[in-house]
Amino acid sequence: MDFSDSPEEAAYRAKARAFLEANAERRKTGEVAGYRRGQDEPGALEAAKAFQKKKFEAGFAGITWPKEWSGQGGTPIEQVIYNQEEAQFRVVTDFFTLGLGMCVPTICTWGTQEQRDRFAVPALKGDEVWCQWFSEPAGGSDLAALRTRAERDGDDWVINGQKIWTSGAHYSDFGVLVARSDFSAPKHKGLTYFYLSTKTPGIDIQPIRQISGSRHFNQVFFNDVRIPDSQRLGPVGEGWKVAITTLMNERFTISDSIGPDVDELITLARSVYTENGLAIDDPAVAERIAEFYVRTQGVRFTKFRSMTELSRGQTPGPQSSITKLIAAPKLQDVTSYGLDLLGMAGPVSEAEMPLKGIFEEALLYSPAMRIAGGTDEILRNIIAERVLGLPSDVRLDKDVPFTEVPTSGKRG
Amino acid sequence: MNFDFPDDMKTLRDEAQKFLADRCPRSVPRRILESDEPYDKALWQEMAGLGWVGASVPEEYGGVGLGHLAVCVLAEELGRALAPVPYASTVYGAIEALLVAGSEEQKQRFLPSLASGERIGTLALAERPGTQDFSAPQMRIASDGRLTGTKLAVPDGDSADIAIVAASDPSRGATLAIVDLTGPGIRRETVKTFDPTRSHANLHFESAAAEPLGQGRGDSVIRRVIDRAAIMMAFEQLGGAEAALYMARDYALERYAFGRPIGSFQAIKHKLADIYAAVEIARSNTYYGAWALSTNAAELPIAAAVARISASDAGWVASKENVQTHGGMGYTWEGDAHLFYRRAKLLGLTLGSSREWKQRLVRELKTSNASAAPAAG
Repeated sequence: MDFSDSPEEAAYRAKARAFLEANAERRKTGEVAGYRRGQDEPGALEAAKAFQKKKFEAGFAGITWPKEWSGQGGTPIEQVIYNQEEAQFRVVTDFFTLGLGMCVPTICTWGTQEQRDRFAVPALKGDEVWCQWFSEPAGGSDLAALRTRAERDGDDWVINGQKIWTSGAHYSDFGVLVARSDFSAPKHKGLTYFYLSTKTPGIDIQPIRQISGSRHFNQVFFNDVRIPDSQRLGPVGEGWKVAITTLMNERFTISDSIGPDVDELITLARSVYTENGLAIDDPAVAERIAEFYVRTQGVRFTKFRSMTELSRGQTPGPQSSITKLIAAPKLQDVTSYGLDLLGMAGPVSEAEMPLKGIFEEALLYSPAMRIAGGTDEILRNIIAERVLGLPSDVRLDKDVPFTEVPTSGKRG
Repeated sequence: MNFDFPDDMKTLRDEAQKFLADRCPRSVPRRILESDEPYDKALWQEMAGLGWVGASVPEEYGGVGLGHLAVCVLAEELGRALAPVPYASTVYGAIEALLVAGSEEQKQRFLPSLASGERIGTLALAERPGTQDFSAPQMRIASDGRLTGTKLAVPDGDSADIAIVAASDPSRGATLAIVDLTGPGIRRETVKTFDPTRSHANLHFESAAAEPLGQGRGDSVIRRVIDRAAIMMAFEQLGGAEAALYMARDYALERYAFGRPIGSFQAIKHKLADIYAAVEIARSNTYYGAWALSTNAAELPIAAAVARISASDAGWVASKENVQTHGGMGYTWEGDAHLFYRRAKLLGLTLGSSREWKQRLVRELKTSNASAAPAAG
């Protein structure tokens, strides 16, 4: 057992580090990344695009993408190494997460070589930003319940309906879309997958304000939006299968290591008092810190196990499915406990607060981490069914026409 | 990054699983539960014959020199099988104390008979309910070197031949001492516990012959031994936790209620998913412990606490929810769920409770400014 890189991995890490040192600012010791922090600032998108272009030119964009997708043809372990290094720098990359993690890989998997050539490089260079029109008011976790209608009209499709929780639709150039092309088929069978420009006539993008006050996601209305059949990916009625390609990528895409954690809690506990003196010396505080620390280390070493498998060219084992389920609720609980330690002064979200108010900030974004990329509940279902082999729940929506599936508006 | 056991250890795991499936089905711990036998002697001798008891002992002291990773692998399988043998007491306890603190002469004299399974060893640490004070044990070593006092709830205390005890020496303060339990001045009192598959005894010493073990400050030696033992013990706890999880899973697949397998209800699925996560967290943390143990890393005290806390947590949650998933059947004597339940809580106390380890972990974190784990790369 050892934690060191192989010689090839070490060389790759050195190359990544050199690139980052030359092109980005290293985070100060103790500086914690926040969820989508900095994304709202003026010029953030332009700065992110400029950095993405440098990444592309230096060969750090699309690391694992094959050459036919204009990628680097590298290994997953190289991507992990690059990500570990980049996390130490103050760069904003969230704008490209969906496009590079999910949308464009789907185009490249299901599209023609012409489509790959058209979309891969602009996305890798950061010139074109992508969003994903999946969730709807009627279907989030139950994505296949979506009701947006796609009707064939000659060589075109006409799209009508509403999408919601679309991160970044307001600054994106393109989006991928799943819509229902056959309402009489069972729900997973009547879906078809498309891509289209966000500027297509009939698309109305309205930002949604989040509890944090930011506006990173949107509701999007499609009113007689007309797109050619050439913008369909995969066969008609196979949209679910196509969508699954990108959802599988999402689990690897969503970061689970942002926000305050045990180090920040220990730093805070060294500076505030409880009724038993300095908080770090209070046994009740120690007990909570220990519990968080054990989970933080557990997630970290679970990733090390997965990295070991990647390093051997294997697919990570089922243990990789637990990290977000542990890390996301822990973030919220660490945040709450940090605020508890601050006590009456805790509500103040100003930079002069201990640790510059990161606990106050995280209170309002940590709920998102338990929802985005698969809710805690969906992750538990996945572990129960795919890892432990337990049966799926009894379902009222399978093998019946979609129009007969009970919904909130039409109870079964 | 190579955070995994090497291939020869995986081979050892496969062999251990096969051997224990054959020689230690659940009827074996049940037999010990229901009889006066303190442990399965035949199983113990076969294990010793396979070299398992001497796995961590170098060949020059009569062991097989497989190293500590081998003990970790074997401990996990023994925990999975609920093996009723004095392995933890002898191997993580007595042998480890001698390896850590014994003089060359003591190693030569004590290790061969322990490694061969001929003699059983144990750690005698507890003197009172509550947290033990290893800086000032009540047990006294008189100026003639003889030992007086009582140790409580000593694992395998009724069958052990050798005990490593924590005691106070008039000149050196806290220290470890080796006692031959077959000599005069020792009274053993077998005690009832909630897990009779591991027998326990109170040991009363009245001017019993003893010899000091180890140099330096006694309590730090004691802590070092306990830390190392806790890592190996964490693997045994992990094996039990995983077995209890899969026992619950199997039952949830076969038991029908309301017209469907209970494993199709999210109340059961989500609970078992959470237990899976707890078991995997414990696995990752015990691996870190194994790394620290096998490389003598400076981070060992932190690694031990992290492994110990998460393995105790996984053992407890998996074993109690295994009983719960089995419903009424889980609470019957004939069902096996209670075997894991008893064992998990027992192992969670033997080297100190999670409550104590959490305090210790944060004490260690406060003094270590360095990041507690190696960064990747």
